Amino acid sequence: MKHMKVIGPVLKRIPRLPNVKQQAIKLSENAIRKTEKVNQFFLEVGAFTLFFWLTFKATFSRDFEFREFLRQCYLVGNKTLPLITITGLVIGLVLTIQSRPILAEFGALSMLPNMVTLSIVKEMGPVVTALICAGKIGSGMGAELGSMKVTEQIDAMEVSSTNPIRFLVVPRVLAATFMIPILVLYADAFGIMGSWLGANIKGDVNFVLFTTQAFSSLGFSDLFPAIIKTFFFGAAIGFVGCFKGFTAGRGTRSVGIAANESVVMASMFVILIDLVAAQITDML
Amino acid sequence: MEPSSQPVIVVRDLKIGFGKLPVLKGLTLNLNTKENLVVLGKSGSGKSVLIKCIVRLLRSDSGTIDVMGERIGELNASDLAAMRMKIGFLFQSGALYDSMTIKENLAFPLKRIKRNLSSKQIDEKINEALENVGLSDTLDKMPSQLSGGMRKRASLARTIVVDPQIMLYDEPTTGLDPVTSDEISALINQIQEKYNTSSIIITHDIECARATADRMIMLKDGKVYMEGSLEDFETSSDELMQSFFKPKIKHQR
Repeated sequence: MKHMKVIGPVLKRIPRLPNVKQQAIKLSENAIRKTEKVNQFFLEVGAFTLFFWLTFKATFSRDFEFREFLRQCYLVGNKTLPLITITGLVIGLVLTIQSRPILAEFGALSMLPNMVTLSIVKEMGPVVTALICAGKIGSGMGAELGSMKVTEQIDAMEVSSTNPIRFLVVPRVLAATFMIPILVLYADAFGIMGSWLGANIKGDVNFVLFTTQAFSSLGFSDLFPAIIKTFFFGAAIGFVGCFKGFTAGRGTRSVGIAANESVVMASMFVILIDLVAAQITDML
Repeated sequence: MEPSSQPVIVVRDLKIGFGKLPVLKGLTLNLNTKENLVVLGKSGSGKSVLIKCIVRLLRSDSGTIDVMGERIGELNASDLAAMRMKIGFLFQSGALYDSMTIKENLAFPLKRIKRNLSSKQIDEKINEALENVGLSDTLDKMPSQLSGGMRKRASLARTIVVDPQIMLYDEPTTGLDPVTSDEISALINQIQEKYNTSSIIITHDIECARATADRMIMLKDGKVYMEGSLEDFETSSDELMQSFFKPKIKHQR
């Protein structure tokens, strides 16, 4: 007893040994949580694949919603024009202003139109336009379909014997697929115009001379892969926007989440497709 | 027209859950021809889930649903679409397409379900449906320009424009003032008389239930807790029935 009186306070100061049982429970809970996240990931991949298959099937089915397709083309194309115009012009202008001193240093100032046009047509035009469209069109589609889901409009469409994928998704995906390449060409044109303006800041350059030189180095092998990849950009943006909207949860918060996730995922797809396209072009 | 005992919807041992949460735990009910069946129950008792299963917006875990003699769970896509043409569904939120005018909202199901109609006939049907719900002057308005009650009416017009044989109402009076609620209840009765529909009315609005019910069902814990006439429910000594039907005691401030 006397012995305990002395040793007791000392024992109290020694930190307790961890409870093995509690540690085990904590470990297993963490493991379950991680497994749930993995499950969630695979469920998302499964839903994405299924949605892709249903959209693919609906694209080639009868009763194509042509009016809705035209309406979506107008929304995707026409409504994005002002933003694309400014962006294209600014890209060309900035590229020219920044490249001029470097080219001048190497005595290659005459190569300025060729270099800027090549970089606009091959990379900057398609990728920047696609990223802007991912923000504007992808988020718009995600939010619109998400709010339709929340307010039961998609369910209403389904019970009135209309396939919502055929009416809502297919026209949007196709509109994005066909309009984004046109927007890219439009942005390229404004980019070259911006480059000419940039070249005119320090000196007087004739527009015809500038464009003649710009296109002289531009071959079919530069233009063709750049245009082809924009179709894939468009399809990815449209598809991701629709997928996120369609799979939005219940409640208004889900609409914001769907719009946000659409932008993130569509941008990621654009960059990945660009990487793959660069590899394929390099191999050819 | 008096309801007959011929069932148009037969639900047997319906079970459905979301994740680990069971919602319906073996629900069984019938809807007879030309009958207004009111389904009551607390929030979360599975009322809306039940009618969504009937049109296969949700797939049940087990059990069967027969609509007009056809097993809903076994229909292929085209047969399901054909079956859905016979069913009108009024959503809780109205679910009007907000990018379309009221006229386009009504034309949307008509053009898809009744494909042989000319545009003149479509216009006539739209005008008739809107007249029936007292909204003749809203043809070119957008849903956002209408009040809550008007949106409900327009939505009702969209469901009746295709001449359904069965109507499913998901809380038709929720969020409406008492006067508009009474008007919607009266409309439900008018529609039943005019179109000879059989209806399931999901509600927890007792006044709507009183005005429309031929027969009533109370759901509790995912099953039918009580079934009977309005009188049976009102005179029941059961605590749950009393909490629904007896006048509320005013809370002191």
